[in-house]
Amino acid sequence: MAELQFREAIRAAMTEEMERDEDIFLIGEEVAEYDGAYKVSEGMLDQFGPKRVVDTPISENGFVGLGIGAAMNGLRPIVELMTWNFSFVAFDQILNNAAKIRYMSGGQFSFPIVFRGPNGAAGQLAATHNTSVESFYAHIPGLKVVSPSTPNDSKGLLKASIRDNDPVLFLESERMYGLKGEVSDEEDYILPIGKAHIVREGDAVTLVANGKDYYIALEVADRLAEDGHQAEVIDPRTIRPLDFDTIIASIKKTNRCVIIDESNPFASLSSEIAFQIQERAFDYLDAPVRRITAKDVPAPYAKNLMDYYMPQADDAYQACRDVMYL
Amino acid sequence: MASDSQQTSPSATEDVQATEDHEGFTKPQNEDARPDPLDLPDALEFEQTFKVYRGGTVGHEELGLDTDTLLAMYRNMLLQRRFEERSLQMYRKQKISGFLHLYIGQEAVSTGSVHSIDVGEDTIITAYRDHGIGLAMGMDPNVCMAELFGKKDGCSKGKGGSMHFFSKEKRLFGGHGIVGQHIPVGTGIAFAHKYRGDGKVCLTFFGDGAVGQGAMHEAANLAGLYDLPIVFVIENNEYAMGTAVHRAFADPDLCKQAVPYGMPASIVDGMDVFSVTKAMRDHVAMARENQPSFVEVRTYRYQGHSVSDPANYRTKDELEQKKGEDAIIRLKSYLVQHELSTNEALDDIDEEVKQQVLDAIDFAENSPLPDLEAIYEDVYSQKDYPFLA
Repeated sequence: MAELQFREAIRAAMTEEMERDEDIFLIGEEVAEYDGAYKVSEGMLDQFGPKRVVDTPISENGFVGLGIGAAMNGLRPIVELMTWNFSFVAFDQILNNAAKIRYMSGGQFSFPIVFRGPNGAAGQLAATHNTSVESFYAHIPGLKVVSPSTPNDSKGLLKASIRDNDPVLFLESERMYGLKGEVSDEEDYILPIGKAHIVREGDAVTLVANGKDYYIALEVADRLAEDGHQAEVIDPRTIRPLDFDTIIASIKKTNRCVIIDESNPFASLSSEIAFQIQERAFDYLDAPVRRITAKDVPAPYAKNLMDYYMPQADDAYQACRDVMYL
Repeated sequence: MASDSQQTSPSATEDVQATEDHEGFTKPQNEDARPDPLDLPDALEFEQTFKVYRGGTVGHEELGLDTDTLLAMYRNMLLQRRFEERSLQMYRKQKISGFLHLYIGQEAVSTGSVHSIDVGEDTIITAYRDHGIGLAMGMDPNVCMAELFGKKDGCSKGKGGSMHFFSKEKRLFGGHGIVGQHIPVGTGIAFAHKYRGDGKVCLTFFGDGAVGQGAMHEAANLAGLYDLPIVFVIENNEYAMGTAVHRAFADPDLCKQAVPYGMPASIVDGMDVFSVTKAMRDHVAMARENQPSFVEVRTYRYQGHSVSDPANYRTKDELEQKKGEDAIIRLKSYLVQHELSTNEALDDIDEEVKQQVLDAIDFAENSPLPDLEAIYEDVYSQKDYPFLA
């Protein structure tokens, strides 16, 4: 095990895979000469040269589409989006080309491509730079959506994503790039897409949280433990396909669920998880499913408003106590 | 011979040469290599000449087309036309549903283009008016018709329909329905050719309407920036749905869209298959040297935008005049005049093609509907993907 920053773990995954397979290349804004807008690709131009680490103009619709065409013609691109907030000018490429051409061609063409970059809120950046995209993209059949919460997971999941033969959207976070953690240095460390991680076992309540919210869930679980209640914390790791079996099995044990989801609430990841729980484990519930999400508004700029906008540990803690009728 | 007339701006500057001074796609950040942007000249002058390939200026001998090839071209152009005429009939009999955009009138564009490349090696991507190019590339009319019928034996297993013909074998990368959005994909296909160094080129077709989409401009900039082996082919059939080119573009000479991206461009008479072949060969040769370029093919569709469009935005006279320039009739006259064939022999080909299309309809009729379980197939390559029911 080595202690790595989140960004270093992502870089390690890309580097190991690019060393293994010549068909893999990295393309995006500032990935080469600038060493990455968030220094994720630092040093990769020096190692792999300008053929395999390719700078683009600010042209998401263009270079996202270019990546899709390159994948269709046999390469395995990693497309870095400076943030997922900028993916919407390329939304049609992802929605209609990456996700659907395989189907519309009767399976003749495959799209082994990874789109990666930071997702969700990163501070006081106002509404356009604070979108959590999980539900936008997880809605679309043909895509896979992966959301790692730790440096170790990001390495194992990114390597799996790069090797996957379908388009994978890999959601990182500006707020987490500097986070350090123990990362497996096992050769070919792969974590399977579509498998949730039971981070902490318990029987009092199930907490489901991904990305930054994973850390809120751990904090809430600590506080509940101080109160004498053991929460079960589940990190989905993959948003689509979501590992419902693991979540449902946990509900059958705890009979209660609180979801922490940084997205706006309407038609979101938390909506879907709650629906699946009522469909598959209705008789096991001892309380309504609760969720803590971003407020149902565009993200504001002012610090107090932005803090209020985001999911809060206090609210999640209280929701857990509510479903336990404490 | 193609003529060099009709200058859009004076004097010639066309020196087609790809610059391979670095191993990668992105140009290196070498401060010494670029001029000081503030070292301004007295005036910034710019000239570019666009080559024009007029109809009737090039013959089969110059193109090296032997009689067998000429007759194959004629047969295929007729196949495209008869296939679509029957498609329209089948649509009216409700055998075909959804959108049906017919290519009738534009057959010289597909046919000439295909005779400029190595089919099965080079790649093509196009928009939704895709039957012509598919058949020109040698796709089986049976599976094409079955696709229109939404049948299991269709080229896309009945999942794509009229707008989504694909053939991995022929290297047709679709058939795409959102105007202009396949153009960056074409750029990526070409990127992969260059990345691998396989010497292949990608022809990226789109209509005049797509020129207004940002995607086209982003794709063109990337192709120019990375020196990609691609030809952007604008099939200018004068109308984007019902909007004429001069009503949609501040400058209706669409070939000039190449200018900001540092590319050569030509205009071609798309009603002459020889002119198209000549122009496309020239541009494919540039692409093989990693010089991207534009070709504006001036053509015309006889039918409305789709079968539900009565085309009230144009006059009958205009349509009749264009039909007078028909590319198939022109080729037929050429073959007879040059004693390469006879009217009778060419009419026999027509009869054979008509029968071939009837056989395709039989094939489509007799092909089963897709199995319901197939709805979950081909979404992912992962076989055990856990779909929600």
